[in-house]
Amino acid sequence: MAEINLNCPLPLPYEQIVMAHGGGGRLMQQLLDRLIQPVFDNPILAQKQDSAVITVNSAKLAFTTDSYVIKPLFFPGGDIGKLAVCGTLNDLAMSGAKPLYLSCSLIIEEGFPLADLKRILQSMQQSAQKAGVKIVTGDTKVVEQGKGDGLYINTAGIGIIESALAISPQKIHSGDSIIINGDIARHGIAIMLERESMQFDHHITSDCSDLSGIVHGLLDSGVQAHCMRDLTRGGLASVLLELASAADCHLEIDETAVPIHEAVSSACEILGFDPLYVANEGCFVLFVPEHQTYQALEILRLDPLGQQAAVIGKVIRPKPGGMVTVKTSFGTSRVLNLLSGEQLPRIC
Amino acid sequence: MKYLNEYRAPDTVKRLADAISALTTRPWRIMEVCGGQTHSILKYGIDQLLPEYVTLIHGPGCPVCVTPLTAIDKALAMARQPGVIFCSFGDMLRVPGSREDLLSVKARGADIRIVYSPLDALTIARQNLDKEIVFFGVGFETTAPATAIAVWQSKQDNLSNLSFLVCHVRVPPIVEALLVSTENSINGFLGAGHVCSIMGYQEYLPICHKHRKPIVITGFEPVDILQGIYLCLKQLEEKRYEVENQYRRVVNPNGNRTAQALMQNVFKVVDSHWRGLGKIPNSGLALSDEYNDRNAELRFDTGIDVVSEPHNCQSGQILQGLIKPPQCPEFGIRCTPETPLGATMVSSEGACAAYYRYRRHPHG
Repeated sequence: MAEINLNCPLPLPYEQIVMAHGGGGRLMQQLLDRLIQPVFDNPILAQKQDSAVITVNSAKLAFTTDSYVIKPLFFPGGDIGKLAVCGTLNDLAMSGAKPLYLSCSLIIEEGFPLADLKRILQSMQQSAQKAGVKIVTGDTKVVEQGKGDGLYINTAGIGIIESALAISPQKIHSGDSIIINGDIARHGIAIMLERESMQFDHHITSDCSDLSGIVHGLLDSGVQAHCMRDLTRGGLASVLLELASAADCHLEIDETAVPIHEAVSSACEILGFDPLYVANEGCFVLFVPEHQTYQALEILRLDPLGQQAAVIGKVIRPKPGGMVTVKTSFGTSRVLNLLSGEQLPRIC
Repeated sequence: MKYLNEYRAPDTVKRLADAISALTTRPWRIMEVCGGQTHSILKYGIDQLLPEYVTLIHGPGCPVCVTPLTAIDKALAMARQPGVIFCSFGDMLRVPGSREDLLSVKARGADIRIVYSPLDALTIARQNLDKEIVFFGVGFETTAPATAIAVWQSKQDNLSNLSFLVCHVRVPPIVEALLVSTENSINGFLGAGHVCSIMGYQEYLPICHKHRKPIVITGFEPVDILQGIYLCLKQLEEKRYEVENQYRRVVNPNGNRTAQALMQNVFKVVDSHWRGLGKIPNSGLALSDEYNDRNAELRFDTGIDVVSEPHNCQSGQILQGLIKPPQCPEFGIRCTPETPLGATMVSSEGACAAYYRYRRHPHG
């Protein structure tokens, strides 16, 4: 079959931005590869890490930013404030950095209740305090009514990398075990159910949490993590595909080993969603040398965010361009591919 | 999950796969009619569990895929009009019309909303009395009753700002058309379980007898599909042809009479154009004359008559099971989910999209 080269200078398929450009799938990847990367072209950006790793004098720093746009602003398990702090902390943690300082920019829609704003800011402060970081700078803009969804938040974060370990997709090696810390798809489904006012017997809450503690527990215990990546809007599948491509490796996942809460799995069935592509905000995958698999699992399980840690697959062999296959419970297999954009609810 | 885990149990799947191997003595070609079944087959790798000489042919049962270009272009024209709120099921949004899709029109500011049920369009209509609401009714007999109840209710409530672009289609005429087509060499069918939950399966008896082909009404989970294949092969090996019901937990012989009565009230049977397949007699449902006042095609003058389809898309042959998606020279090259040449690449239930997602090795 012909090779699909995402770097080829094909025009983008749409002349204007569509929602799928932000969906974490193939269209977003194209936007990054064909427009954003070429314009800003530099070697640090080209590493395509969640955090840029920069050296200032002899200090190795991790630097990252993320914008938070979510409806509803308050959801089971969190709110936009907690999300904005945890998401940026997680991006820093994945490069092995200890988070130090955050910024906070608010874009507020005219008419937004001050009481809600206060609640959100307090939630940010609480999450920051818990992680031992300070929010040290920020900006506030107000836009006219109808020009924003109540509130958008941007946070940037800076952290210090003390470990000598170079954690990056390029370190991924054949034979590595792929481990996940917890059950998938809870954030996306919690939001979807809240948005559509759907009721389930079991209350599904977002997994929104700060992963820097569990990550540092792991690194401090001597686990030689080759690569770590937190799962966000494109779900487990999109992260694995991105890493397989960056590492030029074939990854194989055992579908039955991927932890998922039964209520989440049922909701996915009803909505016609594949949980492998549903958003998470408190999950990460970890690539470790095979001999450290059980050590890593034991340490992860000591942390409340790692109770359900599981080995979900392994790195099979080098493969230019990368590939991810999924082994089903029937012994058959299928290939994982990036979705075009967001998953759309199916007709029937 | 109750009612799901049992139908995905690995030991049951293995037992059925073994039974199929033991039963089969020669090559057979079975068509699964419904796109939901195609999706399951590729997702779970069910084809990999079958003996090499049993071939599954992927049928035309994806409602998104077969909705004609003319209807999509009309939908686009309505959605573009100022003051219109256009309501659609999610997976219609990416289906390409002649020049663009609903997502692009939405990106330029049109008010297009994804709804989960046609009844949501009623709520939207009540909340926006100063706007014209259009609901895009597509799908087989499975979704048609939901559109029918929305049409009926809107008339009861005298909601005058809601109209319907109806492109519902019926399964039995297309099964018949595929059998009549001499190009085809299908030995048996897996009937679409959800369609039959509404319609029952009496309509299939004459087709089965006339063409002497087994039809097994089948569900969507791995155990359902394997059991359907087993029953179909058993008939073929024993030289029988009957309508059998594998999906008994959902389908009864006469279907859902209430839904059928409602559909008869709201719709009339018409000849319908299928994307890639052409005009099929009696295969469509349109609003009956009594509901002309809710017919979006009469309410909006889109100036669109009949739009012809692109020549390089082979979705017609794919929908008839004559070729498999990777055999199309455009598959994965010029035709991808971002730049689909035809609808079989767009909908998650389309055969091309299912192969692209579950079988394509992105780097050769």
